[in-house]
Amino acid sequence: MVDLGMVNWARAQFALTAMYHWLFVPLTLGLSFLCAFYETIYVRTGREEWKRLTKFWMTLFGINFAIGVATGIILEFEFGTNWSNYSWMVGDIFGAPLAVEGIVAFFLEATFFAVMFFGWDRVSKNFHLFSTWMVAVGSNLSALWILVANGWMQYPAGMAFNPDTVRFEMQNFWEVLFSPVAMAKFTHTTSTSFMVGSFFVITVSCWYLLKGRHIEMAKKSIVVASVFGILSTCYAAWTGDESAFVNASTQPMKLAAYEGLYDGERGAGIVAIGILNPAKQPGDKLDPFAFEMKIPGLLSLLANRDLNSFVPGINDLVYGNEQEGIVGVGTMMEKGKAAIGDLTAYKAAKKSGDEQAAQAALARFTPNQPYLGYGYLLSPEQTVPPVATTFYTFHIMVFFGVLALVLFACFLVFTVKDSIAEHKGLLWFGVASFFLAMLASQSGWVVAEVGRQPWAIQGLMPVNVATTNIGAGSVQTTFFMFLAVFTLLLAAEIKIMLKQIKIGPEGL
Amino acid sequence: MIGNLDTALLQQIWWILGSVVGSLFLFLTFVQGGQTLLWQVSADEEEKSLIINSLGRKWELTFTTLVLFGGALFAAFPKFYATSFGGAYWVWILILFTFIVQAVSYEYRKKPDNLLGSKVYETFLFINGSVGILLIGAAVGTFFTGSNFTLDDFNRVTWTNPLRGLEAAFSLFNLSLGLFLVFNARVLGAMYLVSSIDFSGRPQFEARVRRSCLISLVCALPFLLYVLVSLLLMDGFGFDQTGKVSMVAGKYLGNLLAMPGVLGLLLLGLVLVVWGVVSTSFMNGTRGIWFGGLGTVLVGLAVFFTAGFNSTPFYPSKADLQSSLTIYNASSSHYTLTAMTYVALVIPLVLAYIAWVWRQMDARPISAEDIEGRKAY
Repeated sequence: MVDLGMVNWARAQFALTAMYHWLFVPLTLGLSFLCAFYETIYVRTGREEWKRLTKFWMTLFGINFAIGVATGIILEFEFGTNWSNYSWMVGDIFGAPLAVEGIVAFFLEATFFAVMFFGWDRVSKNFHLFSTWMVAVGSNLSALWILVANGWMQYPAGMAFNPDTVRFEMQNFWEVLFSPVAMAKFTHTTSTSFMVGSFFVITVSCWYLLKGRHIEMAKKSIVVASVFGILSTCYAAWTGDESAFVNASTQPMKLAAYEGLYDGERGAGIVAIGILNPAKQPGDKLDPFAFEMKIPGLLSLLANRDLNSFVPGINDLVYGNEQEGIVGVGTMMEKGKAAIGDLTAYKAAKKSGDEQAAQAALARFTPNQPYLGYGYLLSPEQTVPPVATTFYTFHIMVFFGVLALVLFACFLVFTVKDSIAEHKGLLWFGVASFFLAMLASQSGWVVAEVGRQPWAIQGLMPVNVATTNIGAGSVQTTFFMFLAVFTLLLAAEIKIMLKQIKIGPEGL
Repeated sequence: MIGNLDTALLQQIWWILGSVVGSLFLFLTFVQGGQTLLWQVSADEEEKSLIINSLGRKWELTFTTLVLFGGALFAAFPKFYATSFGGAYWVWILILFTFIVQAVSYEYRKKPDNLLGSKVYETFLFINGSVGILLIGAAVGTFFTGSNFTLDDFNRVTWTNPLRGLEAAFSLFNLSLGLFLVFNARVLGAMYLVSSIDFSGRPQFEARVRRSCLISLVCALPFLLYVLVSLLLMDGFGFDQTGKVSMVAGKYLGNLLAMPGVLGLLLLGLVLVVWGVVSTSFMNGTRGIWFGGLGTVLVGLAVFFTAGFNSTPFYPSKADLQSSLTIYNASSSHYTLTAMTYVALVIPLVLAYIAWVWRQMDARPISAEDIEGRKAY
């Protein structure tokens, strides 16, 4: 039987390792480009202060990069150690982006990273600049491939189920790569990471301005980071809208959960601010909200590009809505259970050499195959993700996204007008901005991953059948091992980072 | 074009590609070897820093190659990935653990306020170079000695030993292979340091590094001999035309004789490694790493080819012979192997830019002035 304890520990471990990793990745993605911008300015102007500034941000980049690498390796192998059934069932599709990531992205990063850090006196100015750009490109390429892999889990495109091998197999590489979900994931994740990187620069620079140190460097850094931040925020808004739009067609349950929408409606409004009713359950008559402020029609517009369109709610998706042509989960579960039975019969008939029985079982199995994953569910309500977690994290993310644009604009305007040092309140806000941005970024991942529960692969494989056949004790032990070592390394990283910031660009 | 190739041929191509990546990783373990030499060959902090900074420019290549090895196996042989990582849980977790702590150690060791102190980061490096490589060797050893797993009709793995993979380290053969790799990494590490450090004014340091190359080889030899002799004498796993797996007397000796090219790779590889050591320890050479490195790659290829070709299951199960994994039953579909082969066409380009950057960066050896100030590790 399914060991629920093990599933939950495996999920907790993945969440732990991914969230630790994500403390460092957005900074790598954003800061790598900022370093490239700063160095480009240095090479074009030849002015030493830009070189010193570049080296300073690179030092912080390096400290962050090392722990990003350390926390990253485990994620690749965790699919095998904790999710081995998943790895077999979809390895034919999922393994490819991971391998491509290694071939085309990681080596680019690793090779040119050494030049970026140790090549100042060993290679020409232009080659060094090229290397810095290659690190930025490599980092972001690696994001592309891992997000393609993640996007495929959210929207499994370009594949078919093979009953003989009992696994899903790739049919079209391009459909996997260019699936709308994968593209939305990549563009939204990288653009928001650029924002996080920009806020990191602003946080450190504001601290210098408050302390009255390295003022010129801080201002220069802020100007470039704010411009990059504004552009990235606009791009993030567009890609965020695109993400919601593809959610509507590929993961309507996730959309309903992050909007707290239980009963679908035409002309659905978007919740600007809201407090959920904690007692609310799918199927009951309680009001979902204790308090809400809605913008009418906007959700329909965002989800379907039509103000009057129907957006299904949690109840419609769980229990079905005949009028809107939505099949309930209960029906899909029946089909799924039939599919599991027929697949088992097919395998047994094949093993015993009864080809006629095998073909008969296969003929019954094929029409129900798309519902295979539903056959492993225990109840229709299991398809509802934790609504409160998804709802609040989504709203934190969006709220900060809007605030970010205002902040970047203020920093740019006041720095260009050279009055930034007089706005102490804004500077303190600036110091806090990176932490808020990180909270928003982590929240985004919570929306993406908690919001798709219980699916490891949307609609095809729930998490409880994806795991390794191993006792909860082993996974629990490794959970605490990773918790301990990552926390220790994080503490070291923060201490080192703070010290380097304190020292500033001197001696670089 | 590639899509027209036979599935079996694609499976063989991917076993070769996987073997190349795995063998390159073994060569690049000169980083781990250097890490275990750190305390032994350095007499003061500056010498230690020279070693760390020399290795520090390359550690990511080794790390990345390991990650690629994992990714390539996942993509090309997902059943192996699922079976081995999910089954031999603890051996892989411990290996990964040693690489996690390695990844921060170069950057953090000398930074002020680094919380743990430089000794701890150096210890992390030592653990990675010793325990990490030993366990990798033990895991590779199971390609010949077998593992304890069964697969059901749905290919779900059940591991039949409660140690979940750690039992591999208790086989004398696997342990010897692991120890051989640890000492071979030290041989390569010494060769690499000789090639990349400017020893001006430090003749004793240089002499210690060169001597450690020879000593490491001498330490490696008994383990190598034990592995080779055992490999030639042991019964191995083989499968017939129907795919049925059975124990075959003298299987691996048979494989080497049936594939004389592989035997040639093995012998040439060993000769090259020994020549690298002779050139480093006796002839004052600085290019030993290229002989030792190439030699290691060739030996690695011979090991992987012996394990996977000539009707040999590369990941055999002792618990249930018919659950054993072969390159034919553990691979991805024809479509995926084709797509991945197209991607693999960029590998020469990747190797070319790595070589080009290596040349640019290593044109001048690392000297005392490179380790001054905040820029150094």
